[in-house]
Amino acid sequence: MSETLTELDVLKTAERWAGEGRALALATVVETWGSAPRPTGSHLVIDAEGNFEGSVSGGCVEGAVVSEAIDVIEAGEPRMLEFGVADETAWRVGLSCGGRIRVYVEKVN
Amino acid sequence: MDRALLAALNKERAARRAAVVVTELASGRQRLVREADVGADPLAELVEKVIRSGKSGISQTDAGEVFVNAHLPPARIVAIGAVHISQALAPMARIAGFDIEIIDPRTAFASKDRFPGVPLHAEWPEDVLKTRPFDPYTAVCVITHDPKIDDFPLISALNTGCFYIGALGSRKTHARRVERLVAAGISQSSIDRIEAPIGADIGAANPGEIAVAILSSVIAAFRKREMFAERRGETAAA
Repeated sequence: MSETLTELDVLKTAERWAGEGRALALATVVETWGSAPRPTGSHLVIDAEGNFEGSVSGGCVEGAVVSEAIDVIEAGEPRMLEFGVADETAWRVGLSCGGRIRVYVEKVN
Repeated sequence: MDRALLAALNKERAARRAAVVVTELASGRQRLVREADVGADPLAELVEKVIRSGKSGISQTDAGEVFVNAHLPPARIVAIGAVHISQALAPMARIAGFDIEIIDPRTAFASKDRFPGVPLHAEWPEDVLKTRPFDPYTAVCVITHDPKIDDFPLISALNTGCFYIGALGSRKTHARRVERLVAAGISQSSIDRIEAPIGADIGAANPGEIAVAILSSVIAAFRKREMFAERRGETAAA
């Protein structure tokens, strides 16, 4: 794998951060409908300070995922998030592309 | 996710072996399934399907909703021969999203000046493959024309089940190659897996065009998942 891709490897970053003793959450796109920007299986890793690497959308919902992830790190229980045009009232953020995604957020223990 | 699971997953990925993570969404229970252990998994059929298609997703099972996430090694191309065609193939392969490396023991060909920024091994394939063996997610293109260099990696690629194997040379050159492979004890069904002449039949007439033809064939083999069909015995070439 090329150097650039290695640097962007979210799961390697997660392992490295965990090795540094940082509290982490891993967010994963588990389902998509319509034109979702990132495919199922895409990851975002987040630490307790809100630093993150990777993506679960084209930048549309990362902010919301990061704040939920910080709660998950504290609470320890995984959470399922859903984003999309249909949920604009429930979430202040949405996907401008009109797609919908489900994101599973879990703590790295 | 458990840190030990994360480390084990990254180990499989670094070794270029397929692995899946199965998550039971109701309980959060999670397990890593290595490609070699798929048969023993309670969801073997589902896991196998996800590995084969490369499509991760949620399924309904007896354990409720499960998310099966496939981690497949990135496809790479190994070109045997640091020739003019490889000089065109290397940047194109990268643009198309493939890792590429080049092996050629002839140091005059395998020079950094000719291949800036491309992983290059100016050694015999026999020696390189000892530490960097082929795997099923590798496409092997032998393009030196020289049996002393080409034959060993060709046989190794056939034995490994690389997802694409192509060999440069006219029909006459290939006929002689087939004679050598038969003499080396390679089965006809294996020999039939070699694409020769190499590359999609687009009338390619110069190195750049031949590189396009080769890349087309590699993409077709990868995206149409011929490698999995063959490994499952769904085609005659298995």
